[in-house]
Amino acid sequence: MAETTLPHYLLRNAREFPHQVAMREKEKGIWQQWTWRQYLDEVRDLALGLVALGFERGDKLAILSDNRPQVYWAMVAAQALGGMPVPLYQDSISRQLAYVVDHSDAAMVLAEDQEQVDKVLELKDNLPKVRRVIYDDPKGMRHYNDPWLTSFIAVQEKGRELGRQRPQLFDEHVSAGRADDSALICYTSGTTGQPKGAMLSHANLITAVEGMQTVEPYYPTDETLAYLPPAWVGDTFWSLAGALMTGCRVNCPERPETVQANIREIAPHFLVAPPRIWENLVSEVRTRVDDASFVKRWLFHKLMPVGEDVARKRMEKEPVGVLQKGLHRLAEFFVFGPLRDHLGFRRIRSAYTGGAPLGPEIFLFFRALGINLKQVYGQTESGVTCVQRDGDVSLGTVGKPFPNVEMAVSDDGEVLVNGPMVFKGYYKDEVATAAALKDGWLYSGDAGLMDPNDHLVVIDRAKDVTALTDGTRFAPQFIENKLKFSPYVKEAVSFGQDRPYVAAMVDIDMENVGRWAEKNRLAYTTYTDLAQKPEVYDLIALEVDRVNRDLPESTRIRRFLLLHKELDADDEEITRTRKVRRGLVAERYADIIAALFSEEVATVPVTSVITYQDGRQATLETTLTIRDVGEVLAGA
Amino acid sequence: MTIECHLDIRGVSKHFGGVQAIGDVSLQVNRGEIVSVIGPNGAGKTTLLNMISGFYHPDSGSIRLADRDITRLSPSRIATLGVARTFQNIALFRGMTVLDNLMLGRHVHMRTGALSAMLRFGPALREEVQHREVVEDVIEFLDIQPLRKQPAGALAYGLQKRVELGRALAAHPQVLLLDEPMGGMNIEEKEDMARFVLDVNDEWGTTIVLIEHDMGVVMDISDRVVVLDLGQKIAAGTPDEVKEAPEVIKAYLGTQAAS
Repeated sequence: MAETTLPHYLLRNAREFPHQVAMREKEKGIWQQWTWRQYLDEVRDLALGLVALGFERGDKLAILSDNRPQVYWAMVAAQALGGMPVPLYQDSISRQLAYVVDHSDAAMVLAEDQEQVDKVLELKDNLPKVRRVIYDDPKGMRHYNDPWLTSFIAVQEKGRELGRQRPQLFDEHVSAGRADDSALICYTSGTTGQPKGAMLSHANLITAVEGMQTVEPYYPTDETLAYLPPAWVGDTFWSLAGALMTGCRVNCPERPETVQANIREIAPHFLVAPPRIWENLVSEVRTRVDDASFVKRWLFHKLMPVGEDVARKRMEKEPVGVLQKGLHRLAEFFVFGPLRDHLGFRRIRSAYTGGAPLGPEIFLFFRALGINLKQVYGQTESGVTCVQRDGDVSLGTVGKPFPNVEMAVSDDGEVLVNGPMVFKGYYKDEVATAAALKDGWLYSGDAGLMDPNDHLVVIDRAKDVTALTDGTRFAPQFIENKLKFSPYVKEAVSFGQDRPYVAAMVDIDMENVGRWAEKNRLAYTTYTDLAQKPEVYDLIALEVDRVNRDLPESTRIRRFLLLHKELDADDEEITRTRKVRRGLVAERYADIIAALFSEEVATVPVTSVITYQDGRQATLETTLTIRDVGEVLAGA
Repeated sequence: MTIECHLDIRGVSKHFGGVQAIGDVSLQVNRGEIVSVIGPNGAGKTTLLNMISGFYHPDSGSIRLADRDITRLSPSRIATLGVARTFQNIALFRGMTVLDNLMLGRHVHMRTGALSAMLRFGPALREEVQHREVVEDVIEFLDIQPLRKQPAGALAYGLQKRVELGRALAAHPQVLLLDEPMGGMNIEEKEDMARFVLDVNDEWGTTIVLIEHDMGVVMDISDRVVVLDLGQKIAAGTPDEVKEAPEVIKAYLGTQAAS
């Protein structure tokens, strides 16, 4: 039988390699494991339990949980019944949660623990369509007696009972599944307006993974770690569809805080991480080296440039000299090998970065260590579609599309995707679907171009590309990403649409700037205080200058200021995937932006209201300085 | 549910030289109760706790744990009987990891000798595995999984307090004595700690005697409150009764306010 849905693959795995480990989770300090047969048992019990609770074909199951095996069981269980999982961001605030759960018509919600259950209970009145809330971790739940709630174990118990009465029921449900049934509703993070629910079918998910497999095969002996938000389509791509289809092992971390230690224990063969994580790893390595003994420090600082040089030459396909080869061997033995081991990349074949561009120096750092870090590209509506190929990695591109993906750039410079992985449409949103899907092509909304080697280069969100008053094309994200490559810049928002020049608001990275301040004996109290130090302005001015060197004269940043607070997903200024909501930010910071474009104004007063967790409010008044950026320093 | 007196303190007194730290204090704590002992500095709260845990022996009076007289027993003996405590000024081994500190909390239950423990085989290994399981339960309970391998001394103050509680919990005590578990914490840390204290009580039915200065917390989580002043018990009752008691207002705010 050919497998056409994800539950089919689960049945196949349980049949063909029942005793192989499919999944692990660290609990109580030990990696607990489940074989494929146990995986199937868990899914079957849960699915039948859902049936007993009244879950029907086409029903949706909202999932609000960190990466736990239960999340993946629940996803396959819902799919096995012809339903759709709707994974949600674990840190969503009530209002965001209420919208998605209600819009998706979820019949049931799986909530991880007391914290998530509390969030759902609070919204009970706004969620008339939710019939049951299933919780996984019973800790602290003893005195909850709302009949709306039921425990994961109780549901599975019900399922076992139903299975005894009707042993064929599960298989019947699974065989009723069709390839073009919706297998997932994945809500976009929504930089403008409300999030939209992209419906992906089994065929979509399966062909996307097949595309990846033709370029990057995974094996049943491969290990990976599932730690990125389940609500992000990439997690379904790798941790669910990828694992079911290739039989590789998915490991769930003990806690979100232990991910790094868990990576080291597992030593994954492939791993995907957003730029933020790669950047953190680099700063961690550098800090550790600074604290290491003199010899280690000396070796690192002498040999790292060798690695970077070799990595660069290999990328640009230049020959590497004999002497350098020898030095590189030495570096491999003394520095790179041990460092890889220390980071948990001893066995890594492919490390991916995606979601946002990664700074070239960060990219080079890992490649210098001998870690095969590659850029991937994709979107919620199609899953992953592009990856850089081994031996053909270059800075600044996101690689080539998979063989089963057709990709083109429209006349307006928008990236278009065609292929069997392109989604079915947005749930209950004909207008948005019609705008995104034309003649089978997915309008990705990304502005990009194909470089001479047929590699895709992504510039910005298409709708954000606008023009300055003099007509120069201005892509804000392009500039912001360059700024964010600096370890001292956490977030940046640039403005220039219908303005005479480009100006930027910058969020400093508290941790790295804080460390810099300590090193430079600069005393500070709070984030706001640190951000307004003239020395910190000088530091960021250097970064702005570095960015300006790479930009054409007309789109250089002329003025910038450091914000008094971080842009926050709870304030809805950025999305959960850390994308700036431009419209909202422009509105909320209108005064500041006006000041940035009034050249005689050098400071701008701000008042902000802070709500503490216990509900008390405090008003914060401060004055932000605007810094003019002079001409690019000599040597440009 | 039948109410059973778990800790019965009758007429205990303690002098240090000429100073009377505790004078004729009686206190009954029922099984599964949370009882707070409050009072101004120097009221004798910690001395009382020290007498329960056997650090000091009272000059007169008696202390019974369930049906057993523990007045004159040594601290280690009392610990084996199921009484654990935390200290006001954190008593962790700063250079040891969190995990090792918690394993030490199991010490009272360890049976095998030093030599077989060092050789790590047979019964000693089995025993260590069992203890580790208990400790892992505590680690999960207190949400400190990321801290296992960190030296206790390197942790933030609030976390050290949490580990300190964990060390006491590792012994699976029937009676838990907490000496200012929230001292020096910020609001959020206090809330977490209060939650943990309630959960311990709820989950394991542990009897808890708590010394705490934060009146908000005390009034929120205690079943009963006992007020000490200058070594004397001046009031006792439910949080609401104690709040209204004129003696308490006087002790805390001075005579002027009370009249």
